[in-house]
Amino acid sequence: MKYELVIGLETHVELNTESKIFCSCGGHSASQEPNDCVCPACSGMPGMLPVMNKHVVELAATAGLLLNCEISRYTTFDKKNYYYPDLPCAYQITQLNHPICTNGLVKLKTSEGERDIRIKQIHMEEDAGKLVHVGKASYVDFNRTSVPLIEIVTQPDFRSAEEVVVYLNKLKTMFRAGGISDCELGTMRCDVNISVRPEGSEEYGVRSEIKNMTSFESIERAIRYEAQRHMDAIEFETEVLVQETRRFDDVTGKTYAMRNKETEADYRYFPDANLMPIIIDDEWFEEIKANMPAAIDEKADEYRAAGISENEIEMIIDNHNVSTLLDAVVEMGCDPKSAVGWILTECAGVLRKNGKLIKDLDISAEKMAAIIKMVDSGDINRMNGRKTLTAVLEEDVDPAAYVKENGFDKKVDTATIEAIMDKVLAENTQALEDFRNGKVKAKQALFGACMRELKGIGDPAVIREMLDKKLG
Amino acid sequence: MKYYAEYLSDAGTIAVDDTLLVKGAQAAAGSRILEGFKPLFSAEAVDRLEAEGYVISGKTHVGEFGLDLVGEFSYYAEKAENLKGAAAEAVADGAAEAALAVDMNGAARRAAAISGVDFLKPTYGTVSRHGIISCAASGEQVGVYAKDAEGVAKIMNVIAGHDEKDGTSLKKEYSFAADEAVSGKRVCIIKELAEKADEEVKAKIAAYAEALKKCGVEVEEVSFDICDAANTTWQILMTAETCNNVSRYDGVKFGYRASGYKNIDELYVKTRTEGFNFLTKSVILYGSDVLSKHRYDDCYGKGLKVRRVVADRFAELIEKYDAALMPATSKMSYEAYDISKAFETVFKESVFTSIANLIGVPALVSGGVQLMGKQFDENVLLSIAGCVEKEGE
Ligand SMILES: [Zn+2]
Repeated sequence: MKYELVIGLETHVELNTESKIFCSCGGHSASQEPNDCVCPACSGMPGMLPVMNKHVVELAATAGLLLNCEISRYTTFDKKNYYYPDLPCAYQITQLNHPICTNGLVKLKTSEGERDIRIKQIHMEEDAGKLVHVGKASYVDFNRTSVPLIEIVTQPDFRSAEEVVVYLNKLKTMFRAGGISDCELGTMRCDVNISVRPEGSEEYGVRSEIKNMTSFESIERAIRYEAQRHMDAIEFETEVLVQETRRFDDVTGKTYAMRNKETEADYRYFPDANLMPIIIDDEWFEEIKANMPAAIDEKADEYRAAGISENEIEMIIDNHNVSTLLDAVVEMGCDPKSAVGWILTECAGVLRKNGKLIKDLDISAEKMAAIIKMVDSGDINRMNGRKTLTAVLEEDVDPAAYVKENGFDKKVDTATIEAIMDKVLAENTQALEDFRNGKVKAKQALFGACMRELKGIGDPAVIREMLDKKLG
Repeated sequence: MKYYAEYLSDAGTIAVDDTLLVKGAQAAAGSRILEGFKPLFSAEAVDRLEAEGYVISGKTHVGEFGLDLVGEFSYYAEKAENLKGAAAEAVADGAAEAALAVDMNGAARRAAAISGVDFLKPTYGTVSRHGIISCAASGEQVGVYAKDAEGVAKIMNVIAGHDEKDGTSLKKEYSFAADEAVSGKRVCIIKELAEKADEEVKAKIAAYAEALKKCGVEVEEVSFDICDAANTTWQILMTAETCNNVSRYDGVKFGYRASGYKNIDELYVKTRTEGFNFLTKSVILYGSDVLSKHRYDDCYGKGLKVRRVVADRFAELIEKYDAALMPATSKMSYEAYDISKAFETVFKESVFTSIANLIGVPALVSGGVQLMGKQFDENVLLSIAGCVEKEGE
């Protein structure tokens, strides 16, 4: 018999906000040590009330718009009750009755063709903390408590593991491009609902829910394992399937049933009276839409038209800070290709030297544009542009002032260069001789000496050309 | 000092009930479960008073989480012989000029009636709930005890007003006064509630009505037949919300922790068994039940709907009047029997106080009786009481 997989996904994504969802503690990336991003509110002390972080609403609505959802203009929070030491209030604030987004649609391109996945809803909620076990003792770390999450719930529209992975990759690309989430390991978690039925059947089979997987590879393996287990059970009656919650073990590659106690809880949901309903009025909605990143495909076409390579486009789209910066400097009149070079090569180089990545790039568009324009117009040479950029990234100096201070904008005439070159050749007889004897490297030494004498002023290409001429 | 769970200053004139936080002083809401918990900040109302130069005298005893009649079930106080509230008594005896308390299930209003002082539970959203040991978020409110209506108005002017740390705090400007003209105003006596009181309280209501007439206020009796339903509804919502809010007290993070546990479940169970009193435990059981999957629609869900009905019905009733007069308690003193049946007694007594918690309207206890009014009509209540208080002098 041929079987069909029926899969629905619940994906939790940590939002990229400056602060937590209901207090002013730093968001997920702010913590360094256990419990260093914790306040009376997110550690459950009495007296503190939740205060809604508006940016969470904006990012959740933006995610909804990217997934073609209807955005609820009236949205409310509920409390979900359960006891666990990593949940300081013994309840999680989430959305049950009026989630922020409903009825979306994602189009996937898979090897089987195009597929539509319906999004049931997206809701906002707070994350829990985590437990750290050391020997016989357990410790709680509340850094992650109240970090904002969205949960994206699909309809059971997936028919293969491949589709699931394509979908997750698409979410990841979209959310990274939109500055909604890093979607890195640990900031994106998935629950998979899976059942198997004979092909052509309308009825659903017995459903398992595989909880809390963080890597796409595990998700794919878990689906394949679980599908086979279900098919064996149906085909060969190897076991009786029951509706249950399971976990996937990365080492054995198998799924295991979780204790019933953990899964059959009554969460006693009810409305949170501390949080007034959120009303997204027309003005706010327009603002959210105006700040929405262009759909990725459109954006990519735009970059392609500007002559940017596919590799570069991928890097730009993957990093929200890069695409925002690039769009801004181009808006300020910089040449797109030149700007891409400055950002992806020069900035990345300085960051790398400081042990950082391109996603950590933090430079104002004004400063970036000023440097690009000074170099492109020939006011300063590229080498000095690079020095200026380093100073901007490391010390946040003003580029124009820095250029002036260091005399990078001074002009030299050909006669001066000529004179300096003669002086250098006269002083470096050994190098000159080496060159005459066929040592190509010696020319580079002479060029370097000239540049040093000129204190970095002047167009290196012109100087190199003049030196070549002089050396014949 | 007999009123205080923690005495803070001889220079103090304001007592603060142990349901509000004062930075550095133990905040336990009368419960063992919070033993040793010292907050890192003060309640917004306390901060505002201190900013105006008021000094806090101390934290007054309160019954565990304010769930009892008047404050008799505190882990930190001997059960009083004559059952009175500590904050109300401190004001009555002149030990404090005024006191702050959270009115969540009427304990503060009952205590005021029995001690013969004034207590205002303002309109929901008037005073910030930041820094209170919250139980029933949807109906609790910080209120003020003082010797008279003028004293209440004076403190309200300091503590009322928007606070961004509380999402339920209203963006509104306030000015409280107890000396507005009241002649020609109309007050109705709610018949169903007056009938639930004993002869002594009935006589108090009658005397108050006479005093009102002397102030030029018209008085007439009306029927409002959903008082019992309103009470049951508030008890459903209140127990559910309280059960949820006290579930954070689990022995893991702060406050009391039982010894001799073998695992996390035992830690929870032993701590909570030893940390809560029987009244809180009853409320937790009741509250868990009304929120459970199979009961939600019939209890909590329906309660939310009835809350709207009561609000509409009260608005309809009060449209023709300026205020409603009713008892705050069924009798002028509680006895040992009432305490032995505390859960039932509190439920019965709350019929007088629950409406104001349920629908958020202001209620003022003065002269041993209670006035209730329209939203934001505190000044009407305070001025009516103010006039009666002057008449009595
Ligand atoms: Zn916090």
